[in-house]
Amino acid sequence: MNYLMGAFKPPCNITITFSDGKTRKQVSVKKENGKTAMVPVFQSLETISGEVSIDPVQGKKVEHTGVKIELLGQIELYFDRGNFYDFTSLVRELDVPGDIYEKKTYPFEFSSVEMPYESYNGTNVRLRYILRVTISRNYVSNITEHRDFCVRNYSPVPTMNNSIKMEVGIEDCLHIEFEYSKSKYHLKDVIIGKIYFLLVRIKIKNMELEIRRRESTGSGPNTYVETETLAKFELMDGAPVRGESIPIRLFLSPYELTPTYRNINNKFSVKYYLNLVLVDEEDRRYFKQQEISMYRLLETPASS
Amino acid sequence: MHADTVAEDEEKWLAEGIAGVQQNAYYMHRALDSNNLKDALKFSAQMLSELRTSRLSPHKYYELYMRAFDELRKLEMFFREETTRGNCSVVDLYELVQHAGNVLPRLYLLCTVGSVYIKSKEAPAKDVLKDLVEMSRGIQHPLRGLFLRSYLSQISRDKLPDIGSEYEGDADSVNDAIEFVLQNFIEMNKLWVRMQHQGPQRDKEKREKERSELRDLVGKNLHVLSQIEGVDLEMYKETVLPRILEQVVNCKDELAQFYLMDCIIQVFPDEYHLQTLETLLSAFPQLQPGVDIKTVLSQLMDRLSNYAASSPEVLPEFLQVEAFAKFSSAIGKVIEAQPDMPAVSAITLYVSLLTFTLRVHPDRLDYVDQVLGACVKKLSGKEKLQDSRATKQIVALLSAPLEKYSNIVTALELSNYPKVMDHLDNSTTKVMAVVIIQSIMKNTTCVSTSDKVEALFELIKGLIKDMDGAQDDDVDEEDFKEEQNSVARLIHMLYNEDQEEMLKIICTVQKHILRGGPKRLPFTVPSLVFLALKLVRRLQGQDGDVVGEDVPTTPKKIFQILNQTIEALYLVPCPELSLRLYLQCAEAANDCDLEPVAYEFFTQAFILYEEEIADSKAQVTAIHLIIGTLQRMNIFGVENRDTLTHKATGYSAKLLKKPDQCRAVYACSHLFWVEDQDGVKDGERVLLCLKRALRIANAAQQMANAARGSSGSISLFIEILNKYLYFFEKGNPQITSSAIQGLIELITTEMQGENATSDPSAEAFFASTMRYIQFQKQKGGSMGEKYETIKAS
Repeated sequence: MNYLMGAFKPPCNITITFSDGKTRKQVSVKKENGKTAMVPVFQSLETISGEVSIDPVQGKKVEHTGVKIELLGQIELYFDRGNFYDFTSLVRELDVPGDIYEKKTYPFEFSSVEMPYESYNGTNVRLRYILRVTISRNYVSNITEHRDFCVRNYSPVPTMNNSIKMEVGIEDCLHIEFEYSKSKYHLKDVIIGKIYFLLVRIKIKNMELEIRRRESTGSGPNTYVETETLAKFELMDGAPVRGESIPIRLFLSPYELTPTYRNINNKFSVKYYLNLVLVDEEDRRYFKQQEISMYRLLETPASS
Repeated sequence: MHADTVAEDEEKWLAEGIAGVQQNAYYMHRALDSNNLKDALKFSAQMLSELRTSRLSPHKYYELYMRAFDELRKLEMFFREETTRGNCSVVDLYELVQHAGNVLPRLYLLCTVGSVYIKSKEAPAKDVLKDLVEMSRGIQHPLRGLFLRSYLSQISRDKLPDIGSEYEGDADSVNDAIEFVLQNFIEMNKLWVRMQHQGPQRDKEKREKERSELRDLVGKNLHVLSQIEGVDLEMYKETVLPRILEQVVNCKDELAQFYLMDCIIQVFPDEYHLQTLETLLSAFPQLQPGVDIKTVLSQLMDRLSNYAASSPEVLPEFLQVEAFAKFSSAIGKVIEAQPDMPAVSAITLYVSLLTFTLRVHPDRLDYVDQVLGACVKKLSGKEKLQDSRATKQIVALLSAPLEKYSNIVTALELSNYPKVMDHLDNSTTKVMAVVIIQSIMKNTTCVSTSDKVEALFELIKGLIKDMDGAQDDDVDEEDFKEEQNSVARLIHMLYNEDQEEMLKIICTVQKHILRGGPKRLPFTVPSLVFLALKLVRRLQGQDGDVVGEDVPTTPKKIFQILNQTIEALYLVPCPELSLRLYLQCAEAANDCDLEPVAYEFFTQAFILYEEEIADSKAQVTAIHLIIGTLQRMNIFGVENRDTLTHKATGYSAKLLKKPDQCRAVYACSHLFWVEDQDGVKDGERVLLCLKRALRIANAAQQMANAARGSSGSISLFIEILNKYLYFFEKGNPQITSSAIQGLIELITTEMQGENATSDPSAEAFFASTMRYIQFQKQKGGSMGEKYETIKAS
């Protein structure tokens, strides 16, 4: 294969660097091949700038009809494989047609780029941002190189954040009231709450709180829904009696959560639910699911 | 079989659990050694997961818990080092351990870090403790919850923000310490109580046993509370006790209530109990009906009475808080609240109360009476007690005052005492009566008023008369005698210096014992008779002028009583006894110079002899008694005396056997010769008697000859010879030396006669008689002269 590789080897190396690449925060993301890589993080309306360097392979020249860099925001639906939907596309021309004989460096800048959606890597959908450099050529295929980056958008602390309080039960069998202190949580938040047992006529073995992610993609008849349990957190061991109250304290930081995404570009949604599950001695499960809204709070050094 | 396999399985499960703990502990240690916090947490959580088992009995679970506990100590040390080294802040650690997915391991780890957290003082102890105790609610499984909370209690014991503790926070932090322990206690108790409902009904008994093994885990909390410096009396009164009691009452569980009440009493100081008596006691009536309240209350009363005994200076406090009244009303309420309480329990309560009051307020007899009264009230409207344990308790109840006061007189003042006794069955009444009598005997208590005597006899009436419906058939003869003897002894203990009162006492006793029936009278009457005679002698010892009509206590009166008393024996009948008593009375009357009375007694004696005494042996005894008594009489006028002596002599001669006749007749001789100053000295009739005796002796010998071919013993003759010698010496002119001489010769002849049977004792008797004569002769003087004329051999 080596010679083949050699044959199709691009005649030049393209490197994309960010101007603040050394200092910018990086996060690890999972790539298609399963490996994780560190990528820089941006947020909406930031200026993305850097340099593209094209270094032709020794003794070769690169003939081109133009060099451009694009900033793309793409949504990729897995059931619709190969079709990327670009919701953002910005282009900067880097060079006029000509030949490149030796390493050439082009600075670029996308200022105040609007990136309304966060990068997301889900079960059926991926939302990603890339910078793509294209060297257009005649007769032969274009040479492209891309660089991923990650977008994370921060939300302020919501002004309204009501608690979730609910009374549920099965008549003459089980009656509980639960309370989660908030309905909106940031990603490193703690879920505080309480469960009151108002009536217990079944033999409960234990109780757990699940965090579930519901990812729905597509629309209309082509809607795909994938639900994933991200956390199973045992709250209670044994059978309570009437009048007991069980505390909830669930730290969200160990789990890989994202903010809630609602109808991203009409392509997909990601929602989070708290699922309270009671298991009885015959392993029957009684549950109640409640949506919670997740948001990303800007991490200030003080709050960490 | 089934049980065996269960036990085997359990062993296996335990072994597996231990293996799991050890294995994970091994990895945990490796992680600790390499300072790998993440792995340490992971493996410790896995290790603790072994404690999630539901298959072990409490006993086995404890074993497993202890293994994990040891490992947690090491983990705690690691945490401490880790935080002091600054590798990880304790706050972060506190969050980190809460990421564990399973609640039980999570909480064990949380407690462990919590301990480090408090020690670090980065947060107030009270906040950490509050969080821990609150979070522990996640374990609702009784066994696992109990152990977890027990772990919490263990690690927090030395970290409570108590007064004087290094963890003491702001002003009220001791409240937090108390609140923490109380809450943990309440939750543990709830879990413990709930345990009984776990699992199938058929294993209930086993489960209760297992549950009982766990009680100290719960009780430990109370102990911790008692150790808190900040729990002073005020705090205890206002907060601690009411909260504990609330929980105890509300848990509605017999086992727990019993244990915890006991616990409270044991762990907190007596002084606190005394000052909070009302609160504490108010809980008792609210307990479940099955709770063994009597034991607990008795404990409390015991403790308090010991407290009172150990430090007399606290006694005023007892009075101040009205300890007795409070106990008394509490017991009343308990009994009221538990209508199904068996009598034995109720009585046991009263026994305890009684013991308490006897020890604490020995001077308050009214308290004792109140207790007895309450007991009577409880028992009233019920049949006599059949329950042997209950009767035992009543005996204890009744014995307690006797022992304490060692004086029955005190008990006699208790109006309720006999009422309590009424509830005993017959045999127990007797036992109790014996106890009372023994107490009197032991302490030689003198019962000195007729009222008291009346009360006393009321108490021991079980012994005095047949009880209604009593089945006396199966009474052991020996026991009966023993009982009656004790009554007889008791009668002698009655004494009053004042004669009038003494007479009253006698009347009272008489009244009671006359109801005793034929079986008892022979035992009791003699005692009474002698008691009365004792009084007679006391009267007689006084000046003669007391014998007047206006003086109520006269011997005459007593003799009337005596007469009635002895007459009662007719019913029995036991003539021999009556006869002896009559004679005693007669003698006493003689000493009182009451001729008619004495005569009357003799008459009675004679009538008895004639009508009732048929047995010849008895007759012999009786006639000798009569003769003996009559001989000592010195008040009879000639006429009366003649009549009586005549009768006596007549009876003597009519005895069945000749030797008996002979002996009686020669005894009669003394009736005519009294060695007093102005005594009768009728020598002629003496001689007559002796001669008659000789005749009878002769006749006896002849009869013997005729019947057996050998002359009978000559001892009769020797006896008569001795009488001769007696009267001879006394100077009876009718007894001459020649008559004596004749008699001696007669005896000698008889002894050497061909038909004579050898009788060594008679020979010896004769020989010594002769030696006596010889001796008198040699003595010289007037007596020697007198004897001079008698030729001996």
